[in-house]
Amino acid sequence: MKHITLLVIMSINALTSAQVVEVCKNCDFKSIKTAIIQAKPFDTILIKKDTYKEHDIEINKPLTIVGQDYPIIDGELKGEILTVVSDSVTVDGLYIINVGTSYTEDHAAVRIKRSTHFTIKNLILEKLFFGIYLEKSNFGKIFNNKIIGEAIQEYNSGNGIQLWYSNNIDIVNNVIEHVRDGIYLEFSNHCLIKNNVSTENLRYGLHFMFSNDNIYQGNTFKNNGAGVAVMFSKNIKMLHNTFMTNWGTASYGMLLKEINDAEIIGNTFHENTIGINIEGSNRIVYKNNDFSHNGWAIKVRGACYTNQFLENNFLYNAFDIAYNSKVNDNVFDHNYWSGYTGYDLDRDGIGDVPYRPVKLFSYLVNRTPETIILLRSLFMDLIDFSEKVSPVFTPDNLLDFHPSTTQIQW
Amino acid sequence: MLKILKYSFFDLMRSRWSYVYLLFYFLLGIVLLFLNNDLSKAVITLMNVIIVLAPLIGTIFGVMYYYNSREFTELLLAQPLKRSSIFLGQYLGVALSLSMSLILGLGVPFLMYGLLQSSAIWNFSLLLITGTFLTFIFTALSFNIALSNENKIRGFGYAMLLWLFLAVIYDGFFLMALILFEDYPLDKLSLVGTMLNPIDLSRTLILLKLDISALMGYTGAIFKKFFGTDYGLILSIFMLILWTILPVMRMVFKAKKKDF
Amino acid sequence: MVSITNLYKRFNKNTVLSGVNLEIHQGGIFTILGPNGSGKTTLIKSILGMVIPDKGTLMVFGKNIKSNSSYRHQINYLPQIANFPSNLKVKELIKMIKNLRGDPGTDLELMERFELAPFLDKKLGTLSGGTKQKVNIVLTFMFDSPLIILDEPTTGLDPISLLFLKERIQIEKAKGKTLLITSHIMSFVEEVSDEIVFLLEGNIYFKGSVSALKAKTQEQDFEHAIASILSNNHA
Repeated sequence: MKHITLLVIMSINALTSAQVVEVCKNCDFKSIKTAIIQAKPFDTILIKKDTYKEHDIEINKPLTIVGQDYPIIDGELKGEILTVVSDSVTVDGLYIINVGTSYTEDHAAVRIKRSTHFTIKNLILEKLFFGIYLEKSNFGKIFNNKIIGEAIQEYNSGNGIQLWYSNNIDIVNNVIEHVRDGIYLEFSNHCLIKNNVSTENLRYGLHFMFSNDNIYQGNTFKNNGAGVAVMFSKNIKMLHNTFMTNWGTASYGMLLKEINDAEIIGNTFHENTIGINIEGSNRIVYKNNDFSHNGWAIKVRGACYTNQFLENNFLYNAFDIAYNSKVNDNVFDHNYWSGYTGYDLDRDGIGDVPYRPVKLFSYLVNRTPETIILLRSLFMDLIDFSEKVSPVFTPDNLLDFHPSTTQIQW
Repeated sequence: MLKILKYSFFDLMRSRWSYVYLLFYFLLGIVLLFLNNDLSKAVITLMNVIIVLAPLIGTIFGVMYYYNSREFTELLLAQPLKRSSIFLGQYLGVALSLSMSLILGLGVPFLMYGLLQSSAIWNFSLLLITGTFLTFIFTALSFNIALSNENKIRGFGYAMLLWLFLAVIYDGFFLMALILFEDYPLDKLSLVGTMLNPIDLSRTLILLKLDISALMGYTGAIFKKFFGTDYGLILSIFMLILWTILPVMRMVFKAKKKDF
Repeated sequence: MVSITNLYKRFNKNTVLSGVNLEIHQGGIFTILGPNGSGKTTLIKSILGMVIPDKGTLMVFGKNIKSNSSYRHQINYLPQIANFPSNLKVKELIKMIKNLRGDPGTDLELMERFELAPFLDKKLGTLSGGTKQKVNIVLTFMFDSPLIILDEPTTGLDPISLLFLKERIQIEKAKGKTLLITSHIMSFVEEVSDEIVFLLEGNIYFKGSVSALKAKTQEQDFEHAIASILSNNHA
């Protein structure tokens, strides 16, 4: 009984001792750094609206740092701004600008180092090098942040949100633009990347390597220099994302390299030079995706085995599928192809003639890229037609036996 | 020359076939714009039609007009007129009236659609410009063939062969060349090959101004450099002008030597 | 007025004119005769600059016609086949030719005589051969030029129009003009000619008046005279 009473008193004590520490021009604390030094663990530091010229702020105890009406923290290009080295830190509602650029160190607006259970939300980051950088930190949430860079060249710009050896992180509802890579994951597993908008980035909208069991859902990747690159990962789920207008001589909606056992479902690939570029990726299910107005909807290179392309819409792409070999071990079934010209006599919504998605021209372009100069010429249309009638060069078992006659709805 | 041009022009403008041609483009424009509602897609489809049809119609009308107006030409030859003005006038009359059909036939639906507010106006203008160039080039080529062949049927046959060659067969040889020499750098070969055929040149010129140019730039640095810059545009237009002027010059030269 | 020296013309392997020398003086009616393919039309077209000779010089009104077109202001030409742009109306054709020559011309009287008024608004493509020929004649005679060249002018004409044509030819002659005519209708030739130029195998076989020809061939009848030339020559 006594022990319980003591415990209650202690916890009440702890609650009441969790104070709000205010920072402003006329407050006791005029700088964030001093407020942090003075604050006790689990205190809340309330930063009032003003401009604070500070950098290298280390948060080394569990604190909640809240900005009121977006106070500005100006790093004056001198280095990193916030560094979190403690568990259970929340950073909320700050306007952080002028992160220092360096060729030797990756300065970030906010860095989380070997910590867990953190929340980074409602931040606006501008004039940055790296945005939010997670280093061996787990179980965190990053949401509602706006990261707007001014990246011009790859070598002296950083990434919007970067994860390195960090697991179980939720990245939700962030807007990232004009940085090098919008979201970058390396050796990070069990993460949820959801409803983010990553646009106009210099290199990739999303980039991950060696990161397994992640879910990417409802994100929009638009106008990025090279699109989205995902490599060397297993058990990925990519659901309902939009990959748009990644036009350029070496751009694609998505590059898959050495990805195994993934689900790619319900995504939209619109106006990309290459919708999906697939290299050495196996056992992937592509279902209910829309591929519209791309140069190549899907370009398959190298060994790709037992992939399934089911119930997708291929709409007005210059080339639907490109293969660089005559061997096909992948299944195409029940897709809708806008280029399908067969008939459906029994009116069951499935064309009676199989569709052959690889055109001779796409085979030729694969073999001799310069032949692209004959794109949309009458001659090419003619030989494509003859190849369709009797395939010689394209994999003759690459057929959709049940092409849908109407666009597939889901 | 201007007088002859005027008469040939109005003569053709009043012919049923000019109306058919104009109406065809008009309907095509309407269908593409109002049923499809995608302007850049419409421009691509129009390009496919124009690069085949404008040369074909230019060839057919050129040959037909020449042979059908032979007696009229003789009448003109007996008048105090220079030969060059007679033939240039007739040629320009045909080429201009065909171009008019093209420009009006497509321009009106596009204006109705609200093209002036659209960003596709440059692509569309380029389409009309290359279409007009092709009309002028192929009308000139067909006049050349007609001038060199008294036999109507043979002349018509040669003209159609020329069209078939440049529209289809040429690309076949082009493709064979590209594949045969695939071990060598092909950038220059493909650029030169394109320049030497006005249809290919027009097609490439339009494609490189459309978004689809990224597909072309996918290969080789010279492509990228060529297609990515104004230099390519200027050189292409220059080649089209050359393609127009050379046959016209030969036509005038040939006309001066010919007996009627 | 027209002076031709040493005129040669070949079409492919076919020699049509081989060294023609011809002098045509001002005033009077010259008819050019000859069997089919003797080079009548070629000769006329050479004078008009429509056929470019291989060799020889052609002087019209004292000037070499080589690469020159303005001398045709002073020539009226009636082509053999009257085929006009079919979309043009008669009215427009006449207006056009006037416009092209930059000469208002005098077509009203001619139109009246040929009774062409009802056809003025018709398209040329719809006219009969005879009516077209009438239009053709109107186009030829409506300008006042010192040299008039008629290639088979009687083709397709009804008797009344033919009569008028002959009348017109005499009027022009009376004005002191030079007329150069080809025709196959011997009676017509005999009736109108002051001088005959007989072409045979690309050369001038005979040049002189009808009576001189008769005298030379010792025939009374003009048609027989011509026939005798042809049969003697071929014999």
